[in-house]
Amino acid sequence: MKTLSLRTLSIICAVLIGGGFALVFFYAPNDADQGFIQKIFYLHVPLAIVALVGFVVAAIHAIRHLRSGDPVHDARSYVSIHTSVIFGVAVLVTGAIWAKASWGQWWVWDEPTLVSFLIVFLLYATYYPLRYAIEDRERQARYASVFAVTAGAFVPLNFIAVRAAESLVHPRTFATAEGGLPPKMWLTFLVCLAGIAALWFILVRFELTAKRTSAQLSRLRRALDGTPPPVAGGVGTRIAPGATTAS
Amino acid sequence: MAAALLAQAPALPLDDAGEYVAAAYIVFVLLLVVYVGIMAAKLARISRELEELAALAEGKEQGARSEEQRAAGSTEQGARDGDPVGAGEGRG
Repeated sequence: MKTLSLRTLSIICAVLIGGGFALVFFYAPNDADQGFIQKIFYLHVPLAIVALVGFVVAAIHAIRHLRSGDPVHDARSYVSIHTSVIFGVAVLVTGAIWAKASWGQWWVWDEPTLVSFLIVFLLYATYYPLRYAIEDRERQARYASVFAVTAGAFVPLNFIAVRAAESLVHPRTFATAEGGLPPKMWLTFLVCLAGIAALWFILVRFELTAKRTSAQLSRLRRALDGTPPPVAGGVGTRIAPGATTAS
Repeated sequence: MAAALLAQAPALPLDDAGEYVAAAYIVFVLLLVVYVGIMAAKLARISRELEELAALAEGKEQGARSEEQRAAGSTEQGARDGDPVGAGEGRG
């Protein structure tokens, strides 16, 4: 299958996000219970879903890296985690705003959904110090992959555990006793989800392209200077050169 | 057309609730803008490095060309001095 160019993907993403937000404010009805505040749902929930799926995608790339030893998969795993952590920041901030508007508090510690997401986020925040604490490039990639697989397995387990906890505080919007979302809300949510997913994919592609270009520039500089390749783990060798082919 | 669309759309309740909703969406846009800014900085650095490398490559090319010219000049000089091998190389 032919890979879409970054420009085409960017246009698709802009249309989806622009259209999605237009639907949020001009098409989807206000929630009977929460009213206008519920509009945050169309941003907060897709961001959370995409961030968590991104962590699982990183785990899949990490498995492929451990199986093949190909640094391309390590780079993809790293960039997937990096982008998902950024999305995680957005989830926490938009969630806190929603909590303040709905519950009158920025954070509720006895709410499993919030706390579990925070735990996942903090878990992945330790990925960076773990990765860069190891100097040897191959060991760094291997250990980072092991971490990504372990933490990635934790994500669905965490999701199941939260569902099992059956909190009465956090709204279960998709499946309620009243029948869940009405069709207009569903359509709006799906467009927003597609837009946010496209955004995640584009940011990953951007990051990988930037890293690949930087690595190629370093190789070119070494070739022109006649200097030997850098020692593993040195500056500019965080991701193996040439290991950043876009997924 | 946009004005007509906005006229048809329901008024946004920009009261207390509206402020929170606006804040959430603004946070998202701000994060995007920050990310684009970081990527722009990266792109500028790559562009600068590329210029440096282009200058380095051009300098090397010019150096090689002047080296060639110098070698050709010495060969001609050697030929005029009766040394067909040229440049007096290998004379020790």
